[in-house]
Amino acid sequence: MREIRVGLGTCGISAGGEAVYNKIKEEIKNKNLDVVVKETGCMGNCYDEVLVEVLEGNGSLLYGNITPDRVEKIITEHLVENKPVTEWIVKNSKDESKNEFLDEQQRIVLRNCGVIDPSSIEEYIAKDGYKAIQKVIANFSPKEVIDQVMKSGLRGRGGGGFSTGLKWKFAHDAKSEKKYVICNADEGDPGAFMDRSVLEGDPHAVLEGMMIASFAIGADEAYMYVRAEYPLAIRRLQMAIKQCEEKGFLGKNIFGSNVNFKIKIKEGAGAFVCGEETALMASIEGKRGVPRIRPPFPAQKGLWGKPTNINNVETFANVPWIILNGADAYAALGTEKSKGTKVFALAGKIVRSGLAEVPMGISIKDIVFRIGGGIKDGREFKAVQMGGPSGGCIPASMSELKIDYDEITKTGAIMGSGGLIVLDETTCMVDLAKYFLNFTQNESCGKCTFCRVGTKRMLEILERITMGQGEEKDLDLLEDLAEKIKSSSLCGLGQTAPNPVLTTMKYFREEYEAHIKDKRCPAHNCPALLTYTIDEEKCTGCTLCSRKCPVNAIAGEVKKPHVIDNEACIKCGLCYDVCKFDAVEKL
Amino acid sequence: MNRVSSKEIKGFKVDLINKRAQEGALIPLLQSAQDSYGYIPEKAIHYISEVVGIPAADIYGVITFYAQFRLKPLGKNVIRICEGTACHVNGAKNIVKVLQNELGIGVGETTEDGLFTLQSVACLGCCSLAPVIMINDDTHGNLTPEMTKKVIKKYKSKTS
Repeated sequence: MREIRVGLGTCGISAGGEAVYNKIKEEIKNKNLDVVVKETGCMGNCYDEVLVEVLEGNGSLLYGNITPDRVEKIITEHLVENKPVTEWIVKNSKDESKNEFLDEQQRIVLRNCGVIDPSSIEEYIAKDGYKAIQKVIANFSPKEVIDQVMKSGLRGRGGGGFSTGLKWKFAHDAKSEKKYVICNADEGDPGAFMDRSVLEGDPHAVLEGMMIASFAIGADEAYMYVRAEYPLAIRRLQMAIKQCEEKGFLGKNIFGSNVNFKIKIKEGAGAFVCGEETALMASIEGKRGVPRIRPPFPAQKGLWGKPTNINNVETFANVPWIILNGADAYAALGTEKSKGTKVFALAGKIVRSGLAEVPMGISIKDIVFRIGGGIKDGREFKAVQMGGPSGGCIPASMSELKIDYDEITKTGAIMGSGGLIVLDETTCMVDLAKYFLNFTQNESCGKCTFCRVGTKRMLEILERITMGQGEEKDLDLLEDLAEKIKSSSLCGLGQTAPNPVLTTMKYFREEYEAHIKDKRCPAHNCPALLTYTIDEEKCTGCTLCSRKCPVNAIAGEVKKPHVIDNEACIKCGLCYDVCKFDAVEKL
Repeated sequence: MNRVSSKEIKGFKVDLINKRAQEGALIPLLQSAQDSYGYIPEKAIHYISEVVGIPAADIYGVITFYAQFRLKPLGKNVIRICEGTACHVNGAKNIVKVLQNELGIGVGETTEDGLFTLQSVACLGCCSLAPVIMINDDTHGNLTPEMTKKVIKKYKSKTS
């Protein structure tokens, strides 16, 4: 039986996937074809969306960039006449030639994403779903489960990189009748969408991981804390939990054992700081998401004062695979101290943007060029930004660096949750630092003076620098403030907020100096330091720029050189983009 | 001005009764109130306060902490501009400028005719389509300033 799969994660839907899916169903029905049409989660190669996979016999063909008006041709020529539409194929499972983005990956966390229909528990079960928890209940003691996880070397994938097995051990050892498991699905890093894709594409994998954790530590209740900005993920999780309850996989005596376990969903309400575990727990308790001091750690005193184990979505999704395939199989991947795989969200100035799951230890260069296809528009690779607002920039000169927790930390950046933004020569590093600081400043809960006031002062300095009002002493002042904020903040937000500034100053100091001393932005980005002008000699008076200008700031008669009114100009760069004669200059 | 059906308000009141016994019910109740009324009116704060036994001032403190909650109604069309990192490096700033220009309002404001509200969000999670905006439930990606103007024109004629 032939099958057509359409990638319908949020990104696929945003790219117009639902219209494509509906058109496919319509065509199949009209032509009376014996074909199953299925929606799946994100397939990972988002740059080619909308993605449609046709499976027949023992092979599959993946079509990319499909729009509703292309559907008829695929159905008629491929499904009916058996003539695949080769010009739209991005991957052929039988073809020797590679799809570099997909073929380099090792999908453990993403094993079912883009493969199964996430709203079908039967499809999850057919892929060895819920076999791990049953194996655990039947054959292992909680301590043995913890040993397996420790042996695998799995480290927290939310960014902290703490040993998962050890974390479970602490919660297990805490003495209490009541314990909790929490899944941190508050993926707040801008540019990160790994967790969203797993929750939308394979929610059961996360639930199963949580079940195994609760067995290991002795909890009977769990919370899935999902950010409200992920409505599709929430819907899929609600459905998955309901399906588990109906089958007796959740509730009393799960899988016919004497274990009781229930999972509830709590929606976030739009606060980045609630990704921090103590703030997250405060939010579940209905309070303002303000972190508290640790110790005591959640494993001793967490939600409502009870021992609690909190892990990230990706961490949990790894667990069933580890139980079924063995700790050694997981530990065989990766580097000495960073085992297994990591899902990266590749975005920014890269040709192929999407999700890539690769073994730890891959070099930055390989991710950017082999998997990511290099820089868009033929530009120069400048740096990668890892770890979101808590992370830092690693310059292109260090691209041989192997990605693992400790190697990245040595550079001043952090691995973070997996967001990897690729930057080119048009990115101003000072502006980027300002962007991140603006974000953390906004999201600071306000409790600690150094975080609350210090980040504001750092932001003001960066704003002055990008406005051309920087002073010599600013760089020392920034470094001084940064060190003090890091050492005086109680939670991870404050402790890492200065990182983007520190790393960009470390590796791109000359850009800061150009802004301050020469009042110049080398990347031609900071508007206050830019002027758009028209070269009279090149301008043909075609009037295109004048017509396109969103603020009517360009004046000129037909066939006569045009002039930009710099007072009115909003520096959007549209004239620069549309001019066919290269007459617009950015100075 | 808010047109809310009595069914929606009933939904919120049913929620109040069902959830009050739950621990940590405050945030779900606030979310329910906002789903029903479109924002959190003062009367909802007092209803919730009576039911869960938390002072209204404390509830106000929770509301103002979280970005999701609003104390004023939104415009008919809510435009969310993504200011995530990928969108930022791919020109989101220019999209913001065009929107402010076309609508005559700043981020966080609503047009006088109540048709459009402009909000910024940190990341919509569609980084491959950067720069991205959402208008109500529709996502518009791979935007240029030119395309943005066209999209706004379309919504203006649709809703006026």
